[in-house]
Amino acid sequence: MPGFRRTMGFTLFYLGVLVLLPIGGMLFRVFEMTWSDFWRLATTPRALAAYRLSFGASFLAAMINAVFGTLLAWVLVRYQFPGKKWVDALVDVPFALPTAVAGLTLANLFSPNGWLGHFLVPLGIKGAYTQLGVVLALVFVSLPFAVRTLQPVLEHMEREVEEAAATLGAGRLRTFATVIIPSLLPAILTGFALSFARALGEYGSVIFISSNMQYKTEIAPLLIVSLLEQFEYSAAMTIAVVLLVVSIVLLAAINLLERWASHFQR
Amino acid sequence: MSIELKNVGKQFGGVAVVQNVNFSIRDGELVALLGPSGGGKTTVLRMIAGLEMPSSGDIFIQQRRVNDVSVRERNIGFVFQSYALFKTMTVFGNIAFGLKIKKWKKSDIEARVSELVELLELKGLEKRFPHQLSGGQRQRVAIARALASKPGVLLLDEPFGAVDAKIRQELREWLVRLHHDLNVTTLFVTHDQEEAMEVADRIVVIAKGTLEQIGTPREVYEQPANEFVARFIGVMNVLEAEVTTGVARVGEMEFPTTGVPDGSARIGFRPYAVQVSTDLSQYRYRAVLKHTFFLGIMLRIELELSSGLVIRARMTKEEYSQLGLDDGKEVSLQIRQYRVLASQNGPLSPEVGYAYQMPPTIAEGI
Amino acid sequence: MAGLIARPPRGATHKSQRGSEETPLIKWSLITVALGFVGVFLVLPLVNVFYQALQNGIGFYINSIKEPDTFSAIQLTLLMTFIVVPMNVVFGITAAWAVAKFDFRGKAFLITLIDLPFAISPVVAGLMFVVWFGRQGFLGDWLDAHDLKIIFAVPGMVLVTMFVTSPFVARELIPLMQANGTEQEQAALTLGANGWQTFWHVTLPSSKWGLLYGIILCNARAMGEFGAVSIVSGAIAGQTETLPLRVDKLFHSATAAAGVAAFAVASLLVLLALLTLAIKSYLEWRTEHAEAVAQIESPKLNNSHEH
Repeated sequence: MPGFRRTMGFTLFYLGVLVLLPIGGMLFRVFEMTWSDFWRLATTPRALAAYRLSFGASFLAAMINAVFGTLLAWVLVRYQFPGKKWVDALVDVPFALPTAVAGLTLANLFSPNGWLGHFLVPLGIKGAYTQLGVVLALVFVSLPFAVRTLQPVLEHMEREVEEAAATLGAGRLRTFATVIIPSLLPAILTGFALSFARALGEYGSVIFISSNMQYKTEIAPLLIVSLLEQFEYSAAMTIAVVLLVVSIVLLAAINLLERWASHFQR
Repeated sequence: MSIELKNVGKQFGGVAVVQNVNFSIRDGELVALLGPSGGGKTTVLRMIAGLEMPSSGDIFIQQRRVNDVSVRERNIGFVFQSYALFKTMTVFGNIAFGLKIKKWKKSDIEARVSELVELLELKGLEKRFPHQLSGGQRQRVAIARALASKPGVLLLDEPFGAVDAKIRQELREWLVRLHHDLNVTTLFVTHDQEEAMEVADRIVVIAKGTLEQIGTPREVYEQPANEFVARFIGVMNVLEAEVTTGVARVGEMEFPTTGVPDGSARIGFRPYAVQVSTDLSQYRYRAVLKHTFFLGIMLRIELELSSGLVIRARMTKEEYSQLGLDDGKEVSLQIRQYRVLASQNGPLSPEVGYAYQMPPTIAEGI
Repeated sequence: MAGLIARPPRGATHKSQRGSEETPLIKWSLITVALGFVGVFLVLPLVNVFYQALQNGIGFYINSIKEPDTFSAIQLTLLMTFIVVPMNVVFGITAAWAVAKFDFRGKAFLITLIDLPFAISPVVAGLMFVVWFGRQGFLGDWLDAHDLKIIFAVPGMVLVTMFVTSPFVARELIPLMQANGTEQEQAALTLGANGWQTFWHVTLPSSKWGLLYGIILCNARAMGEFGAVSIVSGAIAGQTETLPLRVDKLFHSATAAAGVAAFAVASLLVLLALLTLAIKSYLEWRTEHAEAVAQIESPKLNNSHEH
């Protein structure tokens, strides 16, 4: 096959300039700091509060998506119902919709006079400008990851395995708990990790629906932006590096998960 | 346990996959459901298991009508073609699954699993996962899992389909032995007539969703109920002949066919019914040996008559070398035994033949 | 006996999966919950955008879009997309060719590297470019001296958008080209085609739908990217404002009219998203359809058993 040198050369050049140099540059700047400076900037109370919210809300969002994403994938793969194709297409809305628009409309929906807030706020459920709002926005943007990771796995799952459980006397619930869920678990975990990673880095949708208050509703990416606006470059880069390392670790974990899962799919 | 099907039919979206099937299986029998792929045999098996609901007719297991009994309560063991092992469970977990559901005591489960592991030669593999097993081992785990809770009926869908030829042979012998030891009513689906002949006590031939014949291997081979069975079981030479005044003629060959009306007819005969001699004056027809196919201890040869007719014959290696045969050699031949095949699916006329000794044993003669 | 047989059979109307099916009650409850979730979380937000945008009437809606700053945001968004998407298509194709058609050490690592921009927060991505091209960046003084502006200007916005959207095309193409294998290409080569001809006549036709799929996803993200762009743009109205940034600015203006205008601009982006989904669904339908046709036309393998 021809073209290895040329295509590989261009690929490495492109990735090098566009991805590796920027990452390297930022790491270089952070390495110029002393460890104690880095640690101090990375663990200011404001930063800690931001991590807590970012990780906590992302974790919650990923959990919610693991449940509803699994349900959606199951319904889309296993059942026939009118409008199924439309629902399947709609799952990708969060991929296709600019996050700023998602934040805008969600903030409006959950505000006291929005369509949903109108009913929810009197019940004490405040979806806009709160930590709950952050979770809602993150659920929205990361939903497709959970569904789309699970769908192909479910489609390729042998129906015979479930029938085998039935011939051995297992009821539907039992089969679900002991046969179906364990074999879906790697895919559910992968979907969870992907959702989590996406939620952690999300910025656009959250700043619309959150009140963006320090210590309360300020997520880590927003903290970076605020620090940047105050010309606190070192502090901004420190937080950025923390997030970067977490994303790389997550990416590696997802790859490992997928490799582990492929063992059982043979 | 005995199984009985009465007028059983199954439709999928208006298409009849199985029609009006009747047969019964006695307690402890080993029976093959034989037929071409897509002929409805798997659907019959799945209906017996309760994995499909019959569209019409009734199914009885041990004289009890089970149409409305769910698969979970039919007390059957089912071995799927793909094995359908639980990938996230070990060999032990797979075999013990049904026992745990039936709430066996832990010590009983362990005893039963180790008994089966012994019986199915899976010792030492208890902690492995399915993806760490060979094809033959997976199959045995599937069988052990199906047998674990001592079902009254063992159902196997194409049990030897997914393993390679050598292991397939071992597994066949091994299924016969297993059945002999356990004496559980066993029904298996296969499209391989050789496999059915070798393993089963009786064969149920199903094609295009209808029952063609049920009988012992010898019966379906020697007294096929119709042309389909005759041609499906074993190799058969079929010649399109023209009948005039009680004699069917094709090329230089003539077959007495008393009672057959004039017109076209098909003559069928098994390869072993062709007698071959190197003494060119011994038999009536002359032919040239075109090809020799080696099939283990048996050989198949293709003989071309001077009119261009090609006939397949079969013999052992010893006969072949005793006769000094070789490709290109000229021989004389005769047909010991043949029958007129009906043009439709009607019953077959009995075989007509010259006096001759018994044909070779069933398995050899295919 | 006759009574038994004459009894209308149950479950005869559809292919029953009696070992692997839920009861209708459970099935329809699950469907209802799933549809409810989709309705509240995915449909309602979209409908809401149009409802809010048209609150002050169609005339106000059209005026909001025709407003000069918004109009220039539309132009800038399109301009950036015209630069970014072709660049990433070229990258995607070359990267997919290198990864899918050859075996080499470190392949898994390279694929991870291609995926990396997806995992990085857009804000962090934007910051990384500030580190190079910002006032205090590595190249800040040099750029200043030559009177070049990258940060708070269009070039920087193009760069970060390229970074954020670089994996789309490659990710769609790599699995597709891996699945297609190299046999067809090798056949073309033995017939005397050169590398470029092989690519043009063999590889591209067999992966064109995947390529198109990657392009529309890349396009949607390029037009909608917010976080990374907001860091390097400076959001100067009429100059460095893309549509999402315009939405942000209008939303954060205090007046109620600006709030409605924000939804009007947002509605353009929703239309873009819906168009993207329509094309995507069409492509998926096409691929599935082609596969189904291929399956009908090719003879079933397991029917070829002969003895």
